[in-house]
Amino acid sequence: MQTNGKALKKAGVRKISGDMVFRIINGILLGMAALIVLYPLYFIIIASFSSPEAVLSGKVVLFPVDINFDGYLKILERQDIWRGYLNTILYTVLTVIFALGVTVPAGWALSRRTLPGKKLWMVYFIIPMFFGGGLIPFYNVMSSLGLVNTIWAIVLPSILSVWNLFMTKTFFESSISDGLIEAAKIDGAGPFRIFFSIVIPLSKAILAVMALYYAVGQWNSYFNAMIFLQDETLYPLQLVLKEILIASESTVGGSGETILEQFRLANQLKYVSVIVSSLPVLCLYPFVQKYFAQGVMIGSLKE
Amino acid sequence: MIYFVHLCASLRQAEIYILHRRPAHGAGSNQRGKYGVENMANSKTVSAPAAAPPGGKGRGQGLTKSRWRYLRENYPFLIMLLPAVVVVFLFNYLPIYGVLIAFQDFMPGDRIFSDTTIWVGFHNFIRFFTDVQFWPLMKNTFLLCILGFVIGFPLPIIIALMLNSLAGKKTKKFLQTIFTAPHFISLVVLVGMLQLFFGRYGLVNNVVANLGGERFSYFLENAAFRPLYILSSNWQDFGWSAIIYIAALANVDPGQHEAAIVDGASRFQRVLHIDIPAIMPMISVMLIMSIGGLMGVGYEKALLMQTDGNLAASELIATYVYKRGLTGVPDQAYATAIGLFNSVINVILLIIANTTSKKFSENSLW
Repeated sequence: MQTNGKALKKAGVRKISGDMVFRIINGILLGMAALIVLYPLYFIIIASFSSPEAVLSGKVVLFPVDINFDGYLKILERQDIWRGYLNTILYTVLTVIFALGVTVPAGWALSRRTLPGKKLWMVYFIIPMFFGGGLIPFYNVMSSLGLVNTIWAIVLPSILSVWNLFMTKTFFESSISDGLIEAAKIDGAGPFRIFFSIVIPLSKAILAVMALYYAVGQWNSYFNAMIFLQDETLYPLQLVLKEILIASESTVGGSGETILEQFRLANQLKYVSVIVSSLPVLCLYPFVQKYFAQGVMIGSLKE
Repeated sequence: MIYFVHLCASLRQAEIYILHRRPAHGAGSNQRGKYGVENMANSKTVSAPAAAPPGGKGRGQGLTKSRWRYLRENYPFLIMLLPAVVVVFLFNYLPIYGVLIAFQDFMPGDRIFSDTTIWVGFHNFIRFFTDVQFWPLMKNTFLLCILGFVIGFPLPIIIALMLNSLAGKKTKKFLQTIFTAPHFISLVVLVGMLQLFFGRYGLVNNVVANLGGERFSYFLENAAFRPLYILSSNWQDFGWSAIIYIAALANVDPGQHEAAIVDGASRFQRVLHIDIPAIMPMISVMLIMSIGGLMGVGYEKALLMQTDGNLAASELIATYVYKRGLTGVPDQAYATAIGLFNSVINVILLIIANTTSKKFSENSLW
């Protein structure tokens, strides 16, 4: 970009002014895009500690009004949310552990040209990318495996994503040098030894990317929990949130002071629960951002 | 949809791998690297019979021995692959086998093959085609997908080009961080936020009411469903989808830009004639992938956004499958047939998109 500037000077003043216009418009549009992304998040935050009356009368737009933390105190009493939190943490940890245990060795095996029947296995894993049985047969399989209403209904189907498997394979193909593996073979190391002592220590990047992808996927999912879990003590956070946040609007609209008051409190609780549930992911995100981006890059690598 | 974004390319590679078979192992000595060890193993077994005294072991026996040795050396890879094979078999292949119930008169709890199984052929499909819901469902699904595609496909490309044109590297990083953040908000929270903003007593209505306007229940109106769905999807994912294009743009040779500057090209001209052609192959692949996934819209989100009021616009094929198959009095065979119909359309769309792309450009998945 600096060289661009120098060359621009050589190219003459008119070009620079034309480019200036382009750059200014570009900057303004991107700034607006950033505002559009940030404002809803900002509003949720200020609404969460403004008084519910002010929020509902539309006084809270740019700044918090009548700051109070009642919503946060209320949510501390909500046992279902905290139980959901614990459940989600448990499901996420289990999913990540199993997922890494399944995806990484399989990705390594698929990246080896000496894998017996490699082409067959590739076809085996590609078919499910394009064609699936659909919701009902999936439900019936889970049901006949006896997984319905157990935590395994949430964990087990999430421990392998074929997309992630191919991403891992691509990573191994492009970033583990063949010379190294050959040298280890000549030194007498078997495939397992090579995998655990050489490949794994060199693959922290893909381990991090995979752990994050699986973790975020499990943290944010609600659908499997909704169809497979009946026991409320097993509900993950998202399913509890669904009940708090997504109330049918048609039930709201009664009159009377108590109903109005309840409505206000329920409304504030919504803002607070959005923050409490999204905070871990959004706080962690700037720090782990590079790993996510890395994942996308790995996915787009071509040989 | 987003899954298509980050892995399309590795998928393409996988496809290419299958369809352009690499030489069988030991076929040539010019191959380096991954073939090396194999070659060594092979040359040993091939030379062994030659070194053996005449009249001893034949060549065929030597090859069998080499295959055995090859298996013995490489079976650990099969063990590493095994857990993944089992998981995919259980959760992907068993359900594919399970679609057979679409052709049966199936009651929950029935086995797929038993003495009492009643095969009804395409009866369930014909029922769907003659269902009063059929055309509304098709219309809702296609409209939502196509509108979503028309807005959602170009937006990340434009954003990537705009970010790439920014001079400051830090600003670029910072903006990218902001743009990607909403991707990590869960669907439940996103729809909850939508209600907090567009509900009858949400921010938008409060501001409108303060200005003297009428309150409007966006969530109870058919007309508001698609705009809300599409705008919120784009709000959430445009930054994430842009990453792959940003990465492709970062690989453009700076020399090209310098040469264009010397020739007097403006920044905008360089975007048109250098940046866009540079990401064209990526755009083609993404195009094919998103057309293939057209009918697979995020029904999980549509389900969350559904109210009695907007059902005429928000009922999609996939949400209908869920309702008929798993809620109320389930009609599983019927729901499975509808789901199968949907997947088949998806596969057909993918094939059409790929064939068309192959005809008009050099880019295709296979």
